[in-house]
Amino acid sequence: MTEKNVSTGSTAEETGTHPVDPRAAFEYAPAPESRAVVDIRSSYGLFINGEFTDPAGGRSFKTVSPASEEVLAEVAEASAEDVDRAVKAARRAYTKVWSTMPGRERAKYLFRIARIIQERSRELAVLESLDNGKPIRESRDVDVPLVASWFFYYAGWADKLEYAGLGPEPRPLGVAAQVIPWNFPLMMLAWKIAPALAAGNTVVLKPAETTPLTALLFAEICQQADLPEGVVNIVTGAGETGRALVSHDDVDKVAFTGSTDVGRQIAKAVAGSDKRVTLELGGKAANIVFDDAPVDQAVEGIVNGIFFNQGHVCCAGSRLLVQESVAEEVLHSLKRRMATLRVGDPLDKNTDIGAINSREQLEKIRELSDVGDEEGASRWSPACELPATGFWFPPTIFTGVTQAHRIAREEIFGPVLSVLTFRTPAEAVEKANNTPFGLSAGVWTDKGSRILWMADKLRAGVVWANTFNRFDPASPFGGYKESGYGREGGRHGLEAYVR
Amino acid sequence: MTTVVSPGKGAGSGELAEATSSNSSLRRFLHGLPGVDQVGAEARAAMLGTRSIKTTAKEFAIDLAIRMVDLTTLEGQDTPGKVRALSAKAMRPDPADPSCPQVAAVCVYPDMVAVAKETLGTSGVHVASVATAFPSGRAAMDIKLADTRDAVEAGADEIDMVIDRGAFLSGRYLEVYDEIVAVREACARPDGTAAHLKVIFETGELQTYDNVRRASWLAMMAGADFIKTSTGKVQPAATLPVTLVMLEAVRDFREATGQMVGVKPAGGIRTSKDAIKYLVTVNEVAGPDWLDPEWFRFGASTLLNDLLMQRTKMKTGRYSGPDYFTLD
Repeated sequence: MTEKNVSTGSTAEETGTHPVDPRAAFEYAPAPESRAVVDIRSSYGLFINGEFTDPAGGRSFKTVSPASEEVLAEVAEASAEDVDRAVKAARRAYTKVWSTMPGRERAKYLFRIARIIQERSRELAVLESLDNGKPIRESRDVDVPLVASWFFYYAGWADKLEYAGLGPEPRPLGVAAQVIPWNFPLMMLAWKIAPALAAGNTVVLKPAETTPLTALLFAEICQQADLPEGVVNIVTGAGETGRALVSHDDVDKVAFTGSTDVGRQIAKAVAGSDKRVTLELGGKAANIVFDDAPVDQAVEGIVNGIFFNQGHVCCAGSRLLVQESVAEEVLHSLKRRMATLRVGDPLDKNTDIGAINSREQLEKIRELSDVGDEEGASRWSPACELPATGFWFPPTIFTGVTQAHRIAREEIFGPVLSVLTFRTPAEAVEKANNTPFGLSAGVWTDKGSRILWMADKLRAGVVWANTFNRFDPASPFGGYKESGYGREGGRHGLEAYVR
Repeated sequence: MTTVVSPGKGAGSGELAEATSSNSSLRRFLHGLPGVDQVGAEARAAMLGTRSIKTTAKEFAIDLAIRMVDLTTLEGQDTPGKVRALSAKAMRPDPADPSCPQVAAVCVYPDMVAVAKETLGTSGVHVASVATAFPSGRAAMDIKLADTRDAVEAGADEIDMVIDRGAFLSGRYLEVYDEIVAVREACARPDGTAAHLKVIFETGELQTYDNVRRASWLAMMAGADFIKTSTGKVQPAATLPVTLVMLEAVRDFREATGQMVGVKPAGGIRTSKDAIKYLVTVNEVAGPDWLDPEWFRFGASTLLNDLLMQRTKMKTGRYSGPDYFTLD
């Protein structure tokens, strides 16, 4: 990988007249996390009825490391026949074991899974960074701890469902078909599986085709936890597999996280059936910075809002709305901060920005960024050297963006920030809400009353105040409008899995 | 380390000079600085603390940290013997290894300055003296100034003064400002040079990050050469987030005035691991220009031996016991 983790200090003209003393060159040496902690098998079958099995059609696909394009493993591609087998196994497990098991017994399994996740956290973090491209610092400090906390949290609910305010005797729905995206492979798995199992459902889950490996390692964890066979089934594959899964007749519930386009197709596919559906789709969140904001922390929040996970975040703060009176100051600080971001090897512990997940996604980011140029916005990235192999895009901001620009309206799903300005709180709300999406928003101000006023007016499922991209298992998450429906997390997250 | 005196140099120009014209305008200025969000500042410091500094980077950081140490003894029981021993250690931290750099300064009470100066001679290790009724700062102005002059006359290269926290917390900012300016003048030597002035805030008593940012600007405007977190006599002493806020202040002050001010966290930094976290923070917040003993110091005593132990470990691949490093 890159010898030099690219980090360009601020340029001489930015820092004034003091040239950098060569003695004082504090270059961080490579600090790679060891790959040896995880065993990746050369090929993986489908996890159905508690064991890994070969796909009926015998077809498979490769999953690569986006940072090096190295093939990590061959993964089975599930056909409609395999999906049917998985749903049957889930149905059997639901009827015979899981739905009749007392909540406190289900809780024991979930607690056990949570503890194994903690015990194997390094393994999971390394595998996640390898398969997804995200920096190890994030998979280690954010993804995996949240995954464990999600299982702990919902384990606690399993024997207390009557007290969740969901009716006197909440009953599970049955078999849940769950399709998850590639941006937070393991975390999305936890958001889907933990509440479903706590409420007494069984699941068939399809991870994204570019990031199947941690889900398959999770399958091993289910074995290790002695989870009854068929309660969790993992089928790997691409769009076809997903379609077969969500449209299977014997599925009672469909849960999907991913793009708005696919979400629409799923909504159409299940229309007219009695399947329950929750969709968590795209976003184009406004991160709103007022003139009385704590500037240094707001800049951190902007960076965290759009460059966290390479911007592959549905709730990313991809539109910066900054009050015109402080726009120059905030942009100056933001650029200075961006110059210290370290882009490179996801397994290096000092990397801030890793690889773009796939060539396809990289193309999409490039295409939309080019549109930004063509439409007259001005593009800026800090000087940074990108590795020669793999999929990379530098942290980028576009200034001079207006509501009429495509980059202010469409989800880019990459490390690209559009900067817009506003004059008054009312204008900020108007611009923030002027989007087909409504997943999240951020407000930066020292004024508590303004935060409450904004939160009331913003049409977004989550409003962060003086922070961004913070998640907690006790807090519900979900969107308005084209960002989908239903909530995940908290007591509200159980509602999607009981009747 | 000497500079030519030009009183109130920090507040020399335009807006800043106007800000110090009265207490109310100074208050308006300080309260007009952007606030600090506690949660955000602490999260940023915690993130910087996760940087993994290995091999060549670690070697570089440890040697730099040794060169930045203000080796300190500030006890009622200090004697000439103790100060001589400490000074010897400052010049040759690791007698077994001549390649080990010497520390930046020895920090003592004013009455011990002459002893330290005599021992250190022309070694290049500075003598820093606390002054102004350290650590509480509760004495009449003329006593504080006499305390300072005493230390300078005895040969102190650097003066570590404390601010009047009572005045600061009751909003008498101009009083604090005037006091720093006066002490700065007392740092002047007859030959036109002056001892370097470090201004201690005792951040453990100021408590909020907003106060730390305001105190930083106040001291820089009054002409401080260094801003320093703590006396070491109050808990908490230096913390990473407090130092982060001060580093942001010196960075912003340079952008506003072109003048560079140093930062010294003091108290509570005991391990190499901690010291490296501070250096990472200096590097990524203020910038590499501050990675020099002239612009960043550690006020510490026990830290030095841990740095030496780590240094030996890096060189030999083995840990030695504490008995292999000198006590003072």
